[in-house]
Amino acid sequence: MSDDILLKVTDLRARVENKEILKGVNLTVRPGEVHAIMGPNGSGKSTFSSVLAGNPAFTVTGGSAVFHGIDLLALSPEDRSHEGLFLSFQYPVEIPGVSMVNFMRAAVNAKREYFHEEPLSASDFLKLMRRKRAIVELDNKLASRSVNEGFSGGEKKRNEIFQMAVLEPRLAILDETDSGLDIDALRVVAGGVNKLKTDRNATIVITHYQRLLDYIKPDFVHVLYKGRIVRTGGPELALELEERGYDWIKEEEDKRKED
Amino acid sequence: MSALKQYIDLFRSDRAALDANAPEALNALRPAALAVLENAGRLPDTSDEGYAKTSVEEMFAPDLGVNVNRVSIPVNVAESFRCDVPNVSTLMAVVVNDRFVPTATLLKNLPAGVTVCSLREADPELLARYAGDNSDIASAFNALLLQDGVLIHIGKGVRLDKPVQLVDIFSSPAPLFAARRVIVIAEDEAEIAVLKCDHTQTAGIRFASSEIVEIFAGRNSKVDWYDIEESSADTVRWCRFRCRQEAGSSLNICASTLTNGKTRNEYFADIAGDGCHTLLSGMAIGSGCQHIDNSSYLLHRSDRSESDQLFKYVLDEKARGAFEGCIEVARDARFNEAFQTNRNLLASTDARMHTQPQLLIYNDDVKCSHGASTGQLDAAALFYMQARGIPREEARRMLMQAFMVDVIDRIRLETLRDRLRHLVDLRFSGQCGKGSCAGCQQKDSSID
Repeated sequence: MSDDILLKVTDLRARVENKEILKGVNLTVRPGEVHAIMGPNGSGKSTFSSVLAGNPAFTVTGGSAVFHGIDLLALSPEDRSHEGLFLSFQYPVEIPGVSMVNFMRAAVNAKREYFHEEPLSASDFLKLMRRKRAIVELDNKLASRSVNEGFSGGEKKRNEIFQMAVLEPRLAILDETDSGLDIDALRVVAGGVNKLKTDRNATIVITHYQRLLDYIKPDFVHVLYKGRIVRTGGPELALELEERGYDWIKEEEDKRKED
Repeated sequence: MSALKQYIDLFRSDRAALDANAPEALNALRPAALAVLENAGRLPDTSDEGYAKTSVEEMFAPDLGVNVNRVSIPVNVAESFRCDVPNVSTLMAVVVNDRFVPTATLLKNLPAGVTVCSLREADPELLARYAGDNSDIASAFNALLLQDGVLIHIGKGVRLDKPVQLVDIFSSPAPLFAARRVIVIAEDEAEIAVLKCDHTQTAGIRFASSEIVEIFAGRNSKVDWYDIEESSADTVRWCRFRCRQEAGSSLNICASTLTNGKTRNEYFADIAGDGCHTLLSGMAIGSGCQHIDNSSYLLHRSDRSESDQLFKYVLDEKARGAFEGCIEVARDARFNEAFQTNRNLLASTDARMHTQPQLLIYNDDVKCSHGASTGQLDAAALFYMQARGIPREEARRMLMQAFMVDVIDRIRLETLRDRLRHLVDLRFSGQCGKGSCAGCQQKDSSID
């Protein structure tokens, strides 16, 4: 861990259509850290990740997000990716007609172009794919298919981590990566994430359940409720939530608001 | 003056020259054609059924010249202009405006049983038999002014392993009208693939073509027709396909409009024999002020045949697209399966698409369906790609290209599929159609 700040989110507010979802989120992430964001349904977890990644469906209404010194919110989604932000989608999108190979080649070479590097040669690219596939045990035959088309739930999530391995982000946000995974797939996916972890990058794990955190050990656990982070603790907070549910937090928070 | 009248006037004043240029069998068609046109009074416009968005009358309104004096227009065809499909050796012929120009390799390499020639050299009996019916207005208009064309005849049981390639080129210092006609006769058990592409070599000059493609597919024959239009914004094309299928024949037509001015394609297939297969596909990519109209009529009047139509459009900027497709299953035609799909992407708020599927079913024992949809690029897919670092414009291009994949996949020649994928890629990245014939390859070596 380090004193450098990788991501500093201050009073972030956002809405979709006319509904305010994020009502002032504060979060600081340093290199080497793993943060878990938990919370009941509808608390704004996925909105938070979408806003950081630049999904145009959401409108930022206030606050800031500074990513290694850069105003993240001013960047296009593609430039956020180039700067080292990676969002593993809760629902990876199927893109019929676009092969995985072309998709990844476009992604890799766009990043290289952003940093004024030559595109990878065909053979170097294939070598890179082969090396990265091994991390999540992704079958070669999936690579020749259209992006996510006809992939099982587990294959889609593996594919997300494979893409993360290729792009080598400085900050990875895993949005409900555990949903739709059986225990074996969960182990593979979590194993992939752990292999990619270094003291220079960081991970934000968004999850409903403590289960994933058995595999990806968090340094900090945050509870998001009604668009704000209302609790922050260590791994023990996740265990407490697993045992007691979210109701006690909801009650305390709702009561505090009334006061 | 109506567009039709100016061409009828031209026919009357130059009839002697037209007749002198064309073979007797074509001249014999003109009186009946003239009667059809005079009876119609004008070319079709938007008040006519089936022409909701395209006025042919307007397309042909500019008074363009017809090369009745057969002035040789210099075009360095064979050397500078090779619309070649890499890795496929084709039997190539060129049609400059309306003049048939065989290549040396074509004449040298035509196998026994195969004829590819000018209509002027064609067997008059064959011509009379297969070019006879010009009762529809598109064919009548064409027959009135036709001076030359191409005959492709493939004898019984002959399987041509190389595709025949016809390169249509508009090239002229002055505005020009050309009547073109291709007649494909595949005798029983014959197999042939034809690749035809339309190009404009002179930018900024107005061109208009009236094209008729007649395909006769004999019993158990297999005919593939691949059509690629890469013409200029100043080119209009009115093209009618007239196909007749005998029992057990297989017909695969795939037409792509990559660049053009205004195009109206009409497909009529008479599925006359039992157990036929008919694939009809179209791909239209429009931007600027391109106008692309495809209209189909598949007539099932036999038993146990299958037809499948797939038309896809991607329209950007102010492009206009139209598709009207009809399937008719006649009363006595049993156990037929006929499907039709039209899918369209509008990439801008100014682009417009008109689609009208139609089923006319006079028999209970059928399986028919049609579906049409018009939408925009998938916002979720676009964001997903951007989130992986793919710039928005590139992501849009990739999605548009992906949208066309299933049309391209219907082409049975793998090398042509690859070529078309490449052309579509160039088209979406704006490297095609800026001048003319951007898709053409210039090769140093001659084709064999």
